[in-house]
Formats: sequence, structure tokens, C-alpha cells
Amino acid sequence: MTLKTTLKINGKDRTLDADPRTSLLDALRNHLDLKGTKKGCDHGQCGACTVIVNGRRINACLTLACMHDGDEVTTIEGLGTPEQMSALQDAFVRHDGFQCGYCTAGQICSATAMLDEAKAGWPSHVSASLGDDVSLTDEEISERMSGNLCRCSAYPGIVNAIRDVARGGAR
Amino acid sequence: MRDFDYARAGSRSDATARAGAGAQIIAGGTNLLDLMKLEVMAPEAVVDITRLDLHEISVVEGGGLRIGALVTNSDLAAHDVVRRDYALLSRALLSGATGQLRNKATTGGNLLQRTRCFYFYDTAMPCNKRDPGSGCHARDGFNRILAVLGTSDHCIATHPSDMAVALMALGASVEIEDAAGDVRQMPLNDFYRLPGDTPHIETVLEQGDLITAVLLPKPVAGRQIYRKVRDRSSYAFALVSVAAVVRMEDGKIASAALAFGGLAPKPWRNAKVESALTGKVPSDDLFGQAADILLADAVGFGANDFKIPLARRTLRAVLRQATEATQ
Repeated sequence: MTLKTTLKINGKDRTLDADPRTSLLDALRNHLDLKGTKKGCDHGQCGACTVIVNGRRINACLTLACMHDGDEVTTIEGLGTPEQMSALQDAFVRHDGFQCGYCTAGQICSATAMLDEAKAGWPSHVSASLGDDVSLTDEEISERMSGNLCRCSAYPGIVNAIRDVARGGAR
Repeated sequence: MRDFDYARAGSRSDATARAGAGAQIIAGGTNLLDLMKLEVMAPEAVVDITRLDLHEISVVEGGGLRIGALVTNSDLAAHDVVRRDYALLSRALLSGATGQLRNKATTGGNLLQRTRCFYFYDTAMPCNKRDPGSGCHARDGFNRILAVLGTSDHCIATHPSDMAVALMALGASVEIEDAAGDVRQMPLNDFYRLPGDTPHIETVLEQGDLITAVLLPKPVAGRQIYRKVRDRSSYAFALVSVAAVVRMEDGKIASAALAFGGLAPKPWRNAKVESALTGKVPSDDLFGQAADILLADAVGFGANDFKIPLARRTLRAVLRQATEATQ
């Protein structure tokens, strides 16, 4: 059995006809040739596959493509281009927020949506109060990014890059 | 992953009609798909309920909150009323999983998530929960994360949810719709079953049942605390967690609602612990007595023995914090 699914990916409608077992991650990489999104653990533990669906960051490995018919998906390819990088992409380069680069697409997609969550006033586990006033300290950034692992342990650069953008740092 | 038939439920009755033998309802899928990839679970049919109208959080007339089964953990934790009146629930949710997972995981699915017992996950091992009657190697094996209360000879798995522990302390109920369209409610404490000799049956849900909502009673006065002890400070399950709603009056404990995670096959609540505290002046001795009652029947299996003194210390710390004169 195959299922026809249409996804709005980076602003464009893309249709695939695939086995229902196909994860959103495999749909992006193997059916739609969008190789920017990476497969790490394939079990929702590492965050390498993070994409933004209807404005929310999720693990593309832990959801079925067929469940997202009609949904809007943003991948790393939709955030910027080598010529015109997003603020976070630029900051990751400037702050050396990676070594091998395998987790980077997931880190940047995750951070992009995380900044929106903070802007919306979502508290985190380390927030002293549950109020709307979110201040993205390094502790807050680390907690909110704990779903993205970096085996090269480029965490200081990653936190620097995100902090820079959170505070409206220069591009 | 084994092959399955996929169907998107168009209505609740469509969902309950399809959720028969061999079928599995999917919502967030963050636990189910993980288990299906490992073939720990292999449903013949998967019923997608994500388009059903169960995404609302609404204040119930006369107080209380109705949380649709499909409300995500993120939305629930960030909801204004939850943050203000049921802070314990926000805190518990925020202590679990990751931003990505909380954006997908739902209220109903969180209640139904499966244990993270290593033996349940490893299909090369016997496990009475995964394969009834095959045995349990956890009892004499790697059981550091497993239960010390409510276990049986057949299973010592823990329930992994933080959310459910908070809901238990807040006196939540579960609303269930069955295949005949009848709707029933029950306290969360009655929803879960202890393993006994049927550890594969974890709740009272019958075939065709659909969780439609979680209901919270009117907010209760008192200090709300969720304290979680774990091996690392983020993205880890609880070794021990304590959810507490404690109200003080004239220097005495007027009421205490306590629930515990990481200790048992279900979110654990023991009314005797609470009544031992009620009406008493807080003291370390009193907190020690409460811990004695909680842990009277606790049994460790070697590697998880440490959970018994850890639970004692965590409960005492929470009660101290909850009964301090001012913060």
C-alpha cells in the first residue's frame, strides 16, 4: 500500500507516493531529495533531524509523512542559502558552532523555532518563574536546546551563536 | 518496522470503530513509532486521530479545566491558566523530554506511554510486558531505573511519565469514549493497573476506547512543587520524582496531596502518607514518618536499592520546601 501525501515544503507544494511507514525524515531525504536534514539516531534522541512543521520544531524521524498531508514544513534549505544565510546560520559560522557539521542543520532549525518559543513567553525547566518574561541566559539556551546533541561537543560555540542572535547581534 | 494499514479517523466514532483488535491509535507518535521501529510493538493497523477536534483547553463551568486529549505537552505547559493555577503541571511537563518531543507528544499519549525498561525494549530478551509469559530478566538484571513499589514477580517496570505524576497529585480524571459512543470518567488513580500477573495490561482501557480529555478539578490552594531527581539535568527520565500540593494554615499542614514518579509501575499516590501529615506541625521527624509510611512495602532488586533512601530524602526536601513560612 502506498499513500499520496502533499507537503508544503519551504513554501512549495511537494507530493510523494510512499509506503505509510515512511517517516517525514525519510520522505525529505529519500523521496524529495532534500538532504540537508540529517538522520542521526532515528529515535528522537539526537535532534539531527529537527525540522519546523506548522511553526513548531519536531523530530522528523518520529513522525510519519502521511500524517502531515497539507502541513507546512521548513527545513534548513528553507531558512537560508549560502549567499543569503539566516541570522542563525551566519552566527553559527562566526562563532564556530560546529566541528563536523552533521548536527548543524538540526541545531539551526531547532534554535530558529526555539527563539520563537521564547518570544512567545514559553517558560522552560530552568525558568525561575512561569511568567512570560523569558530571558535567554546561557542556562536557558542549554536547557531549551537539550534535544540537540553535538558529538563534537561544539556546545560553547552553539550557545554563543544562539545568544548572539537572541540579543539581536550583528549579522 | 512491520507493515501496517494506515487510516485517518474522520470522527471519534470512526476512531473507536477502527481501534479494534490489532489496531493502535496514533497521536504524537513519539513513543509508538520508536517502539514500532524496534518491533517492540507491531500493530496491524494504525489509526491516526490527529485531525479530531480534541485540541482545546477550556475552563469548565464552576472551575476546573478540561484538557483535550490531543493538546500537546508544549501547549499545556505554556497555557496561561495552567501556569497560574496548576503550576505543578507546567513544571512536570517542562522537566520531561525535549522541546521537539513536547511539541509532538499529546496529553492522551503521554498517559499511555510505555515503560523505558531496557528488557521491554530489547526484543532479544524475555519480557512479560512485551511477550506475556516469557519471563522477566530485569529482576536479576540491570534494574537501576526500575520500580521499588507496586511490583510483582512478573514485572518491575516503572511508568515513565512526569505529567501523569503531577496530574495524580492534582486529582485529575480521565474521560474515555467507547465504541458505543458512551462517555465515562474515572480518577487517574483508577485508570492505571498494577502489573500483577498481567503486566502487559497497563490501564483499564478496553478495545475501542479512546481517551478524549483529562479533567482537572478546581484549583486547590497551597504551594505546588514538582521535584525530579535524574542522572543528568535535562532530557532524562526521573529516578525519583515528587509532586506536591501542600496548604498551610496556622503553622500546621491543612492538606497535602503527594504523588511519586520513578518508584512504581504507575504514578504512585498513597492516602496514608497524606493523612499522616494533615493537621500536624511540620518537622523533620514528621517528614521522616511520612517517608516511613510511603516506603514501608518498598523492595529493591539490587541496582535500584538506592531509590528507597533517595525517595525518602526527596520527599523530606519537598516537604521542607512546601512548609517553609515564606519563600
